[in-house]
Amino acid sequence: MDFTLAELLITACAEAWRHDPEWLATGITPIPRLAASLAKSTFNPALMITDAENMFAETPVPLGPRAAAPVMEGWAPYARTFDNLWGGRRHAFVAPVQIDRFGQTNISVIGDHATPKAALLGARGFPGNSISHPNSFFFPVHNKRALVEGEVDFVCSAGYNSTRWLGGKKPVGLDLRLIVTNLAVMDFGGPDHEVRLVSLHPGVAVEEVHDNTGFAVIVPDVVPTTATPTAEALAVIRALDPHNIRGTILKGDPPGVR
Amino acid sequence: MLDKRLSVDAIVAELRDGMTIAIGGWATRRKPMALVRAIARSSLRDLTIVSYGGPDVGMLAASGKIGKLVFAFVSLDHVPIEPHFKAARQAGLPVWEMDEGMLHWGLRAAAMRLPFLPTRVGNGTAILDTPGLRTVTSPYADGETLVAMPAIRPDVALLHVHRADEKGNVLTLSSDPFFDELMARAADRTFVTTEQMVSTADLGLPDNARYHLAERALIAGVAEAKFGAHPTSASPDYQLDLGHLKTYAAAAESAEAWATYRFTYVDVASDVYLAAVGGGETIAALPVPVY
Repeated sequence: MDFTLAELLITACAEAWRHDPEWLATGITPIPRLAASLAKSTFNPALMITDAENMFAETPVPLGPRAAAPVMEGWAPYARTFDNLWGGRRHAFVAPVQIDRFGQTNISVIGDHATPKAALLGARGFPGNSISHPNSFFFPVHNKRALVEGEVDFVCSAGYNSTRWLGGKKPVGLDLRLIVTNLAVMDFGGPDHEVRLVSLHPGVAVEEVHDNTGFAVIVPDVVPTTATPTAEALAVIRALDPHNIRGTILKGDPPGVR
Repeated sequence: MLDKRLSVDAIVAELRDGMTIAIGGWATRRKPMALVRAIARSSLRDLTIVSYGGPDVGMLAASGKIGKLVFAFVSLDHVPIEPHFKAARQAGLPVWEMDEGMLHWGLRAAAMRLPFLPTRVGNGTAILDTPGLRTVTSPYADGETLVAMPAIRPDVALLHVHRADEKGNVLTLSSDPFFDELMARAADRTFVTTEQMVSTADLGLPDNARYHLAERALIAGVAEAKFGAHPTSASPDYQLDLGHLKTYAAAAESAEAWATYRFTYVDVASDVYLAAVGGGETIAALPVPVY
């Protein structure tokens, strides 16, 4: 069955929630959001998911204009979202602008904080998320501007960098899981939480990952190919994204096998 | 008989240069934009603005009103990066950047009249480099080092609500109250604009009890400003105006574009503004945004 790279990435991102308990699955930007929806729709129905505003949806809400109003099962105003995340009952999959070898990420500024070259969103909830519950990260373009050498320009989320930890002790809730890019799946399973290659997408060579990453990536002896989406997964993805918004995230909406 | 009714301009007349002003709502939702436009028209300057930021921050920045911004983000949601904020930030606008929850915690500390509240939020990040931000050690057996989030005490909070009576009882009917209540508790004085002034009986209590924002003693003044959140939403009364937000965002492209926007939408009376953005019927019929 043919599938696009976007569909492969959604399938790969969904794996982040496979073994999660009953808690909030948050996917920010279309591919992680569809991934959370896919995980809930298939192998982990106990996950809670929002309508991307302030309600818990009984079933994942399709992207874009839709005919029927989805059924809601609960209330998620921001105050409750903070209370929930401080309690640690959430796994967020977010899409930062930069990440470094520690897993520290940035969505605040490019350049100097006082007079930035480019002002972005601001730290938002990244600092609190990062020390409260598991986090995974999505990058549609794997290059050295996104996966940077040294530290990110402004550390919005905590990572495995003990020099930034209060008292030198690892923050209680710091738990970084996956990095999924257009080239590969990585985790923090190397020595001292170094970034480690988990799988390469079909047709991607390990050199391509090294050449496009600003930090060293641990490569195990055997690196599998990222699992391709099943027919069931593709059907769920296509039903949840009938306007193919996922196809606008990656330049040229390339096929899943290069 | 208590009567706290004021005009929008009378509220702005209560403000002073250099004040710290908290602005309610969240990004493109329930921002007191009629008040924001009135501040943009005023001679006020050097304001410290505290906000879960949207076009309120962008408009005041573009109008040169902000001396310092206390924030966690500024966004137009559908236009992720607020272009007027972006321009001001890149020009060196002084900021105190923090996590969304730290802003919540700072307001809560002030609301509770505490000097700070402990939190883990900020640990491990560059937020800890903020000048003056201190840590505190737990006096209990855990001995954990925590961030001491200082109280954020605004001089004034400005909020937009759906219904108010003349005594200052206010309802916010939208599905998320955001942190408006904490802003009202943290600030020395709170002024609100309301979609509708109604009689106390017409507030619909106790059925609407969950929408009652805070006790009326916190509310210093109320001005009726129908469509006063436009172009942000005051759902369920009306939704955000994506078309106008794009017009507003495009006005960041040049000084001329901003001057034109100001001339058309800011430096005008409220009835002229309403006509310029298509009239009340058009606003009331705006579609529910899709997220």
